[in-house]
Parts: sequence; C-alpha cells; structure tokens
Amino acid sequence: MRGDIFMLSAITVRNLNVSYHGNDAIQNVSFSVSPGKLVGIIGPNGAGKSTLLKALLELIPRDTGEIQMNGKGISEIRKHVAYVPQRSNIDWDFPITVIDTVLLGTYPNLGIFQRPKKKEKALAYDCLQKVGMGDYANRQIGELSGGQQQRVFMARALAQQADIFFLDEPFVGIDVSSEKAIVNILKELRDGGKTVLVVHHDLNKANDYFDELILLNKELIGVGEVEKVFRSEILAKAYNTQFPFLKEMEVQM
Amino acid sequence: MSFIDAVFQYGFLQKALLTSTMVGILCGVIGCFIILRGMALMGDAISHAVLPGVAISYALGINFFLGAVLTGVLTAIGIGFVSQNSRIKNDISIGIMFTAAFALGIVLITFMKSSTDLYHILFGNVLAVRPSDMWITLGIGMFILSTIYLFYKELLISSFDSTMSAAYGLPIKWIHYFLMTLLTMVTVASLQTVGIVLVVAMLITPAATAYLLTERLWIMLYLAAGFGVISSVIGLYFSFTYNLPSGATIVLVSTFLFIVTFAFSPKHGLLWRTLKSKRKKKALVH
Repeated sequence: MRGDIFMLSAITVRNLNVSYHGNDAIQNVSFSVSPGKLVGIIGPNGAGKSTLLKALLELIPRDTGEIQMNGKGISEIRKHVAYVPQRSNIDWDFPITVIDTVLLGTYPNLGIFQRPKKKEKALAYDCLQKVGMGDYANRQIGELSGGQQQRVFMARALAQQADIFFLDEPFVGIDVSSEKAIVNILKELRDGGKTVLVVHHDLNKANDYFDELILLNKELIGVGEVEKVFRSEILAKAYNTQFPFLKEMEVQM
Repeated sequence: MSFIDAVFQYGFLQKALLTSTMVGILCGVIGCFIILRGMALMGDAISHAVLPGVAISYALGINFFLGAVLTGVLTAIGIGFVSQNSRIKNDISIGIMFTAAFALGIVLITFMKSSTDLYHILFGNVLAVRPSDMWITLGIGMFILSTIYLFYKELLISSFDSTMSAAYGLPIKWIHYFLMTLLTMVTVASLQTVGIVLVVAMLITPAATAYLLTERLWIMLYLAAGFGVISSVIGLYFSFTYNLPSGATIVLVSTFLFIVTFAFSPKHGLLWRTLKSKRKKKALVH
C-alpha cells in the first residue's frame, strides 16, 4: 500500500449531477483520480463523456456536486488546467498561423494587458518542436491535415505548462502516426507527474493507452485500473451489448 | 471646382472627410471581429436596432448616442435570451428581434419628427456633419481603437476558441456583450456617413476583403481599416461630385474593392485558384 489516504488526489468528484433542460446528462457520479495517471473516459455515444469534462471545468452548470482539483476549487486552479476541445469546434479558416495558435497556450499565464514576449514565443516554438511540427510554424492552421492540427493543439496545451490536461476526443479523424505521437506525449506528461483525462469513444486500444478508466453511461458504471474496468461483463453494462472479442482478450491476459 | 479644391475651401467637406475616414477605420476593425465570430447577421441586427434609441433620444433631447447604445444592447440581450431559452435558433431570433426594434423606431420617429430626418438617419447625410458630431465620432473612435489595442489578446483567443477561453477563466459572455456595445457605438458613429441601412456593408465588406488577403488577424485589422478608409474617401468624392447619397457611393466603392480582391487575391482569389487547379490537372495528364 502506498498510503493513499495521505496522498492528495488530483481530481475529486462527489455526487455530480448535470442536466440539460430537465434531461439528465450525468447522474450521481463520484470518483477520484490520483496525480500522475493517464485516465480514459469511455462510454457509448450520448453517455455524457464530453459533458463530464465540461462540468469539471464549470463550462456548463451542474445541478449538484462537489469538484476539487489538487485540493482546490476549479476557479482557483483553472489556469493550471489545459483543455483541448474537439476538432470540430474550431474554425479552421481563422486567420491564424500554427505558431500563433501554440502561443495562445501561454495566454492563461499572462496578465490582462500583458503581451506574449520572447520568452513565451521561445516556449511556444519548443512545444511545437516537441510534437514534431516545427517546420510548419508559419502555415495557416487550415492547411494542415487533421492529425497535424491535433498535434498543434497538443503543443498549445503543453505551452500552458498545466498540471492537469483534459482532451476531448483527440484521436477522432487523425492519422496513425499523429495518434502515436500524441499518445507518447500524454505518457510523458503522466511520467512527469501530470494528470491527464482523455475522452475516448473508441474501445479499441483503450486498454493500451490508459492507466485507469472511467466508464460512463450517464451513471458511473466503473472506475479504476484498466484491468478492473476493461472487462466484458462491466462494458456490457455500459453499452447494453456483448463484446465477444473481449472474452478472447481476457483469456490471453 | 475639383474635389480637392473644395476640401480646402469648405469646412463642411473637411468635417465630412475626417468623420468618414474615422468611420471607415472603425467599421473595418470591428467588422473583422464580427465576421470571424460568425456574427455578420448580428451586425445587421444591431445597426437596425439603434433606430428606436435614436428616436427616444431626440424626444428626450439627450445625445442620441445614449439611447442608441441602450436599444442596441437590449436587442442583443433579447436575441441571446430567445435563442438560449427555446428551440428558436440564433438567426431566427435575430430576424424577429431586429425587425421589431426597427419597426418600433420607424413608428417613434414618424410620430415625432418629419420624415426627412428619418431619411437621413436611414441613408446618411455626411455633408451635414456638425462639429459636435465630428467630435463624438472621433471620441468614440479613440475609445474603441484603444480598447481593441488593450484587449487584443482576449479578443483574439475568444474569437478563435471560445471553449478554451472559458476554460481558463475568460468571461466570454461579457466579451460578447462588450463587443455588441462597441458595435452599437460604431453604428451610431456611422449614422451620418452611411446611415443605418448600409452600416452593415461597411462592417462586413472591408473586413471580408481583408480576410481574403491574409492569414494573420493583426494584418487583417490594418487591411480592413485601410479598405474602409479608401472606400469612405473615394465614396465621398463621388457623392460630392455627382450629388449622390454618400452611404450608397461609399458602399459601392467597398463592394468594388471586394470584387477585385475576390477575383485576384494571391491565395484565395478566384483566378489564382482556377489557374492552380488547371495546372495541377495538366501536370497529371502529362
């Protein structure tokens, strides 16, 4: 035992309830995540995965519930949480270059009338290099492929130098090598003690990528280490269907 | 007498020129944010919605600037309220609210004043700019430009990625309503140059022209301001020389600039795009 009682959890959620116009989106969800974990939020379509991320950041109002990150309320810690939205929410024709997009990641740590200076620009360029996109610095973001765009957004999150990272469906519509690059960066962040939450709708590879899973279908179906949650009988509860291929995998495991 | 001689000789023409230059800059700059946020319709709505405010201000004998900002912002709030609290989409809500405000304005003005005033408010009469109007326009202009300079960072990020902005704590709702306030102020400043009906053209056309020419927001702002100024000055020239309504000539000049850019812009222009895809096809054949 590592003495979990004494360890501060990175994210604690108690009795979270969220509804849209009287329809339940998230019902009575409680869990906690220790620091330095790479956590996947999985579940069927409409399970409230993205809603959970947004509720954690108070981007949408909640009906009840208590949320703490690193022992603080979200309003105190917001600037230390990096959020990567779904790619479909972005206007890719916006007149902005790749390097300036990454530079946006430094904004949360700048004061209200402060401009990004040399230090911030150097940091942005480093982060762009880290995702292997240094050669594209002066391109307009719409000229990139989906995978490249997602890497640029990953670089932006890195430039925020956050403690907690939230990514909403980062692997949708991107190429294999970009997916690998992003997963490697997420694992590096985890190894550096950061906490990473990823909404992931594809069960494929969920067991490879993550340390822990939060399995959601409006209610919390399962939470904990991958081996405990990624089981056919538990997944079946969330998806209301059977997963014969998983049974085979379990035999191998 | 040539236009240039006339500018030196007549004070009213100098005032007109100065006012419309300022309006060109302001509309161009604010217009960039309006089109990048997908709010072109909103620009149209707010510009029409200042009419009842102008009417009420006339009636009360206060500066029409106050009333205009009030009804402009109220309409913006009303539009947001209806679309957020029902299945009515934003563009529908805009259609309902601004026509209502505009109709109310027409009724109020007709009650109180002669219809010539209505005509000037709707279509502009830049050659009748009073010194006080000019100073108000300059004041509004300085205020808006310095605000945009100071909050450039926040305006950029909230226009590009409102979710991330909200996630790190920017008050994006307030930024939206603040921008709506700036928009009503620009509309009021533009009343005499282009009039209510055509303000939206000055907001959108120069900004859209700039949008076709650059991949950087700050360059887009400068270009849009430049196109706004060119349109205003040349439009004023035609208005003076051929005795035409200034609003109409200014807007036509800006449309001309847009059409030329649309055809010949190096990266996004029609001609260049066609040439590029033809060359590509040829290369594949050989």
